[in-house]
Amino acid sequence: MLYIDSIQNGLVIDHIQAGTSMRIYHLLKLDRLDCGVAIIKNVRSEKYGRKDIIKIEGEIDLNLDILGYLDPNITIVVIKDGNVAEKKSLTLPKTLTNVIRCNNPRCITSAEEGIDHIFSLSEKGCYRCIYCDEEFHPSRS
Amino acid sequence: MLRHLIDPLDLSKEEVISLLDLADDIKQHPENYREKARYKKLATLFYEPSTRTRLSFEAAMLNLGGSVLGFSDSSQSSATKGESIADTIRVISAYADICAMRHPKEGAPLRASHYSRIPVINAGDGGHQHPTQTLTDLMTIREREGRLSDLTIGVCGDLKFGRTVHSLIKSIIRFPNIRLVLISPEELRVPDYITEDELKAKNIPFTEVRSLDDAMAKLDILYMTRVQRERFFNEEDYVRLKNSYILTTDKLRPAKETLAVLHPLPRVNEITLAVDNDPRAAYFEQAENGVYVRMALIIFLLGL
Repeated sequence: MLYIDSIQNGLVIDHIQAGTSMRIYHLLKLDRLDCGVAIIKNVRSEKYGRKDIIKIEGEIDLNLDILGYLDPNITIVVIKDGNVAEKKSLTLPKTLTNVIRCNNPRCITSAEEGIDHIFSLSEKGCYRCIYCDEEFHPSRS
Repeated sequence: MLRHLIDPLDLSKEEVISLLDLADDIKQHPENYREKARYKKLATLFYEPSTRTRLSFEAAMLNLGGSVLGFSDSSQSSATKGESIADTIRVISAYADICAMRHPKEGAPLRASHYSRIPVINAGDGGHQHPTQTLTDLMTIREREGRLSDLTIGVCGDLKFGRTVHSLIKSIIRFPNIRLVLISPEELRVPDYITEDELKAKNIPFTEVRSLDDAMAKLDILYMTRVQRERFFNEEDYVRLKNSYILTTDKLRPAKETLAVLHPLPRVNEITLAVDNDPRAAYFEQAENGVYVRMALIIFLLGL
């Protein structure tokens, strides 16, 4: 078993799909934090077989939309005074702002400077650009 | 409250019906509306050429006693200097009371509505939506058939880039017992966001066919569209597909006597001139109705 110091006040991002923690680390811009961050890769998980975990010492605002979009199985654990204060499960967010980009060359997002790339979750469960209704395909991005 | 018309579903079904009722009344009694929008100004921001839509918007505002300003080509606007939609609409909001925007980029009117202090009407955005054409279509269908429900509607031609088709489908399937026959070549099928999110998700009966002849006998409405050169990136694809479906008097033979043939216009060759003399041709009265629904819409959005 691998032991990492437990944190007193901060967040644990648990049940990350094994092997994807570094991508989340960069997307959440955790490299810019001054506080301690531990990335634990490929540990055993009863639920998923293997998982990654990120522990952050200190209170920060996390973009839960990015996390929910990347991996809705993730659990956020809030630690206060060494104890679990709250557990949050993620779901697919209804809208995504500047997380993914529209690739439709006919869309206004391809021409207008400073425009946010906003996607909303469709009834079919895919993300569509609010401007042109084009479905986002991760493989084409 | 500030209202815009960007997507046909921005209007509830009840609002659509009341707009059509108002448009009918305007058509019957235009004299009652001559001063309705006096001292009001409509800005027509047309970044792409248009004849019917722009002129019918201008005629609508003039018929209501208002005035019109704007441009009819992006080369006449500061878009050529690189001005953003957001900046343009913030400025226009100070000059006019309402605006109609046509833009080659999909979603441009939505972008404008996020920054506007006046009602924004989508007058066509790329191959995406054209909600005021839909009001025109619905008015004509109701006039011809006496109802907006229990109809088998064939839409034919370029269903991929045909913005009038997308808006019409989204709007008319809110009425009961609508059956759709989607007639197009494989390459120009209706986009997924219409078939998946609208038709399948709402259990609307529809079939996709490749031949106009197979569908003709069962239709109450035949909505023809043009294969538009400006929507294609590739000239070869345009040339190959432009003559896919052409309506002739021969093809109309098996059709019902009560069929109404609609077309948003302009046509190129997809409806032969001989069809114009058939009583089932409804496209010129459809173009006329465009003025009445736009008058009704201006009254509604300005709260007059």
